[in-house]
Amino acid sequence: MFLRRFLTRIATTLVTLFGVAVIVFVVIRVVPGDPIAMMLPPGATDADIARLQALYGLDKSIPQQFVIWLGGVLHGDFGTSITTRQPVLGLVLSRLPATLELSIMALVIAVVLGGLMALTGTRLRDTRTEGAIDVANGMALSVPDFLWGLVLILMFGVLWPVFSISGRVSPALVPQFHTDFFLFESVLRLRFDLWLDLVGHMLMPAVALAIPLAAIIGQLLKQSLKETMHLDYVTLARTKGYGENHVITHEALRNAILPTLTLIGVQFTFLIGGTVIIERLFSYEGLGNMAIDAVINRDLPLIQGIVLLFALLFTLVNLCVDLLYAVLNPRLRHA
Amino acid sequence: MSFLKIRNLSVVLRGTRHRLLRDVSLDVAATEVMGLVGESGAGKSMIGKAVLGILPRSAQVVSGTIEMDGVDLLSMDPRRRRALIGRQAALIPQDPLTALNPSRRIRPQITDRLVDILGWDRARANTRAEEILHEVHIAAPERVLGSYPHELSGGMRQRILIASAFAAEPRLIVADEPTTALDVTVQKQILKLIHEMQAQHGTALLFVTHDLGVVAKICQRLTVLYGGLVVEEADVRAFFRAPVHAYSRALLAATPRHSDPDADLTPVPEAVIAAVQDQVLAADRSWTHA
Repeated sequence: MFLRRFLTRIATTLVTLFGVAVIVFVVIRVVPGDPIAMMLPPGATDADIARLQALYGLDKSIPQQFVIWLGGVLHGDFGTSITTRQPVLGLVLSRLPATLELSIMALVIAVVLGGLMALTGTRLRDTRTEGAIDVANGMALSVPDFLWGLVLILMFGVLWPVFSISGRVSPALVPQFHTDFFLFESVLRLRFDLWLDLVGHMLMPAVALAIPLAAIIGQLLKQSLKETMHLDYVTLARTKGYGENHVITHEALRNAILPTLTLIGVQFTFLIGGTVIIERLFSYEGLGNMAIDAVINRDLPLIQGIVLLFALLFTLVNLCVDLLYAVLNPRLRHA
Repeated sequence: MSFLKIRNLSVVLRGTRHRLLRDVSLDVAATEVMGLVGESGAGKSMIGKAVLGILPRSAQVVSGTIEMDGVDLLSMDPRRRRALIGRQAALIPQDPLTALNPSRRIRPQITDRLVDILGWDRARANTRAEEILHEVHIAAPERVLGSYPHELSGGMRQRILIASAFAAEPRLIVADEPTTALDVTVQKQILKLIHEMQAQHGTALLFVTHDLGVVAKICQRLTVLYGGLVVEEADVRAFFRAPVHAYSRALLAATPRHSDPDADLTPVPEAVIAAVQDQVLAADRSWTHA
């Protein structure tokens, strides 16, 4: 039963990815802007242009190009980046860990911040504190992540420069890492000197990404917690002798968290999308930053690779959320 | 000596002078079954909630005392009051479908109070949970304890809630219309079960209901409420023989009888309602609380 659901899920995921591939492939070829024109010096002859187009397969029709590209992808060959002349797959995979670590760090910050706001707001509901939390939430929500990024850069990079606002890690430390997962590696190897330097760089972009998500989590979770607090089993727990804090964390939270969980799944994909601008803002060497360069340079194979990877990430996140949902909600397990 | 002693309890709608309970005084002796009857909104549930400390935020106690075993609950520090209520009293809720936490298994929902509030060790609490489920005639306690609420029927869940209420051997149980939400065929069994458990454990029982027939079956005394005012308090046998208050008489006359199910129902006459409403207004006029 479970296996069947899982297989169906994989099948739909593949269909989704195929759809994404088609759309991206067609769109970046239809919109104006020619990669060949970017590569050649002014004054190149028509023959030069034709030769280069033939070299990159751009002289064929779009469906033909797509079939060739797809055939390569199925064999693990995502093509060669036009600007760097390196295989797309290697380029993309080398940047993926940086973006993953940033996104996960932002997610953790958002869940902790939002969770704390929701719990505090529920504990102190109908007081001024709850009102203050609502106002803070509203502000956090109505300003987009890249503006938070600018605010953070101004505050902690310029006015009171305590954090690094550029890059992922101090360049001198890079040779000390054996993998591309700098943050995980520093924790696993217990190299807290490296960890500290990384966090000093990553905290500001991560917080900028996290603030709007924290606000959404805080708002929705508080809402469902407050509704749950009126339910009979919560009242029954009070008669057993439990106080407010216990009742919130042990009776209400687990049930109230379900709608929030679904939302986190959806919003996390937005957050990953948000890395594109935030990475640019903080000169963070991740996929998003690479995506912008690729678009500017009309590096078609690279754009395709990055978008496909992002799409894969999104579907994986949704899959994880569904699994977690089934674990937390016993009513779904047997259904 | 009564175990539960309520004196002049007034509860208002928070921020107003509108009273939901009007100088209610009430005694429940240890091992006694007291019925609280009245129409919807008469305040019968409100009394049970005030005793257990679970009044909604919109309700506020403004005067009176609630003594449990000689200790005034209302003047206690809230934390100590909660613990005392958890040890000495329990609730059998109205709707078994919503009174169990859907994401927790049955076992911890019975044993949590025993472990956290009464300080038992886990093994003893687990044994007790099995034992008490046996007492409410659940045949396979092990299986039930490991189940989630949604895997069990409404009747089964109400048995579990009854068991859970008795598990810690409280001295007082508040049953808040415990059969109203159940199927008619199950109602009788559940009522019998509560009666049986009460007799075995010798627990004082505050039984909230709108059904005088139920009161006749399991209560020794009853209190009739109207508009948050105690209209009559009597021994059950004496009450059914000759109710004193005109409203009580009308209420009794309005109760359908199994012996004659086709007889027309007699509504409470308007004159009686007008009289009892005057009584409520008079009570408010003499109420001096600021």
